[in-house]
Amino acid sequence: MKLTEINIILIGIVSLLGVGFYGLLITRNLIKVVMILQILVKAVVLAFVFSGKVSGNLGLGQSIAATVIVADTIVAVVGLALAVQVRRRFGTLDAPEISTLRG
Amino acid sequence: MERVEYGLLLAGAIICAYRAIVSKRILSSTIYLACISALISVVLFMLGATQVAVMELSVGAGLVTVLLVYALSVVGEDALDPSSVISKPLAIAVVAAVTLLLGWMIYPAIQFENLMGSVDLASVLWQQRVLDVWIQIVLIFSGVMGVLGLLSERTPGKAEGGHS
Repeated sequence: MKLTEINIILIGIVSLLGVGFYGLLITRNLIKVVMILQILVKAVVLAFVFSGKVSGNLGLGQSIAATVIVADTIVAVVGLALAVQVRRRFGTLDAPEISTLRG
Repeated sequence: MERVEYGLLLAGAIICAYRAIVSKRILSSTIYLACISALISVVLFMLGATQVAVMELSVGAGLVTVLLVYALSVVGEDALDPSSVISKPLAIAVVAAVTLLLGWMIYPAIQFENLMGSVDLASVLWQQRVLDVWIQIVLIFSGVMGVLGLLSERTPGKAEGGHS
């Protein structure tokens, strides 16, 4: 496999997704989970734009990427608000600990 | 020459992503996340997606960072990340398998050059993907309403009155 621009960007996207998946597996803090979702979505946005560029339809890639950015921001806002409420109610941000609580 | 620039920018983004994940202090992770946004914005700009690059920079490195710092200020300094539930070697093995499978599936699909003519973002967004615009408006509205509902603190009198 030659290291062309396409291959370098592809390796970057897949590596960023891999780092994000690893973070999701090892992280327990709710705020950090929201941050790792942001990392994953950044890789996906880059993949959309890159696929649009490669296929010659950059406008379509940008359009879908813009929608993904808006949706991701709303997810982050609501996720952070939920994390703050969980912290106020249960006194912890540890996801496994919250799953064992009752009430 | 652009290969080197793409490589350096993406390597920086990956290193920042790793540091954001393994960092014990979440405020440091927030700064690393802003750095990732800035680096990805430069890559998007170099790919020709200027509008999305500006959106990513303003929203990813600006708005989301401010929201995270606000959430951290509400939660307090005890927002440290505890150790993981599953073992790290197992997580690395699973992620390596998934990443290799993903690369193996994607690689053959992108080995072609420009087949279609270029279409600008405005005509795509306002003519072909107008439903996306409406979805974005609804998402923003629902996000604002959701945050207003979630961040509002109930007064004790009203909460007790609701149960009786």
